[in-house]
Amino acid sequence: MWKLRDKYSISGIGQTAFTKASGRTVLDLASEACKAAAEDAGMALDEIDGIISFHFNDSIPAMAVASNLGIPAVMHAVDYTAGGNGANLIMLAATAAIEAGLARNVLCYRAMNGRSGFRLGGGREFSAQGITQYTAPFGWITYPQAMAMWVRRHIVKYGTTAEQLGQVAITFRENAGRNEAAMQRAPITMDDYLASRMIVEPFRMLDICLESDGACAVLITGKDRARDLRQKPVYITGGAYGGGPSQGDDLFDAIRWPDHSQNYAAYIADDLWGSAGLKPEDVDVAEIYDCFTYSVLMQLEGLGFCRPGEGGPFVQEGHLARNGRLPTNTHGGLLSEAYIHGTNHVLEAVRQLRGTAGARQIADAEIALTTAGAMTCGSAMLLRN
Amino acid sequence: MNTPAYNKPLPAPDPDSAPFWEGTRAHELRLQRCDDCGTHRYPAGPHCPSCRSTRATWIKSSGRGKVYSWIVVVHPVPKEVYHQDVPYAVALIDLAEGVRIASNIVGCDPRAITADMPVEVVFDAVTADVTLPKFKPA
Repeated sequence: MWKLRDKYSISGIGQTAFTKASGRTVLDLASEACKAAAEDAGMALDEIDGIISFHFNDSIPAMAVASNLGIPAVMHAVDYTAGGNGANLIMLAATAAIEAGLARNVLCYRAMNGRSGFRLGGGREFSAQGITQYTAPFGWITYPQAMAMWVRRHIVKYGTTAEQLGQVAITFRENAGRNEAAMQRAPITMDDYLASRMIVEPFRMLDICLESDGACAVLITGKDRARDLRQKPVYITGGAYGGGPSQGDDLFDAIRWPDHSQNYAAYIADDLWGSAGLKPEDVDVAEIYDCFTYSVLMQLEGLGFCRPGEGGPFVQEGHLARNGRLPTNTHGGLLSEAYIHGTNHVLEAVRQLRGTAGARQIADAEIALTTAGAMTCGSAMLLRN
Repeated sequence: MNTPAYNKPLPAPDPDSAPFWEGTRAHELRLQRCDDCGTHRYPAGPHCPSCRSTRATWIKSSGRGKVYSWIVVVHPVPKEVYHQDVPYAVALIDLAEGVRIASNIVGCDPRAITADMPVEVVFDAVTADVTLPKFKPA
């Protein structure tokens, strides 16, 4: 279990615009977000000595950003090979690195031209080598195709309905309407959802997240340093990374996963809540990884906001709305703000806890949940102000 | 007249998987069975995840199983490769030997597939060198 409760702070946040065609290099996007995060904190880049990213070889290495920004002492420049599971993992890794003395102040970022460059949703390598020789030859290639296999089991086991999945998309779109940075802000109705075209059954277009060019970054510092900086500290009060047995040979491969009606969340819940000494009822605002609508249901169930199988009814009862029991994805999420692989969820949680979320501020938010991951492994944090 | 070249992903056999793909060419669905604990495994691998033994024997599977989960691909990706195939079904099938395999369900309307539907293996020689195991309703 992660043991650094309240010892580290997210002290700065930075992002680029979220677009479909940045016309810029990923290095440029990453550098802009990282520089903005340091400036937001009021920390000179010369004080940064760690930089961590995650990607699927669709980005640029952390050392490249450090070089581009002229960071003088690069003590811990590390890249994780990860997808959505990595967004909170790299931030927990930053706390571990600082605690171990490997670095003092660490930038964590994700940067990609995810729409105009390499499109993760467009399919993986077409060659069927290693684990893909057991999947790709059957026309099972894209992430929507991978994850539709999961939601099917939730439907088979629990009778989850299209309307329940649709309510996830509708709620987050409504939230995006209050977010000027969001890529999709026009409200959608249940009729719009149900009429959106089938991509891979059971998924419609509106079950599937956006594709985005952009970058997000956070600056992680020790709590004492945080108090000297410009912003109100947001403490990392809990965190967990992991998953169940048979996670597969890569993120796509879940052939040996025991039960596709539940994902990683069920396996990290005890460590997450235990590390913070908190429980689901304590959360004021949640930013839950929503690459697809279904992943929200499985995380709500796995983390204990409702019982297994009750995610659909929970959403249908309106609990995720900004005036509901668990205001969720107040920025619009991956479904409507942008797909920056879950790092944008952390930025939103920080804004909510600073009280600077403007039109989408949840009053008196003190505890925020962020999650990252949809399948066999993932990460989550509990933040507090 | 030239036959259009097969343009879909083809498996690249490796030292772990070569016996599997040799098997499909011979119209046999072969699985590794651990010599020490008897557990079958798939995909092919060098260790038994149950007991970590490296000793295994390739056996011929019954080729029979039940649909665990399935999807119906409607939007082809890449379009130029799959546009004539949609809608097509990909399924996870629980074989009688206790392993799960990903494949296509053929020989029925993709919308007629149900959970636990019994299926059996058929072999599709997609090129002179590669035969894919697919499944039809049993």
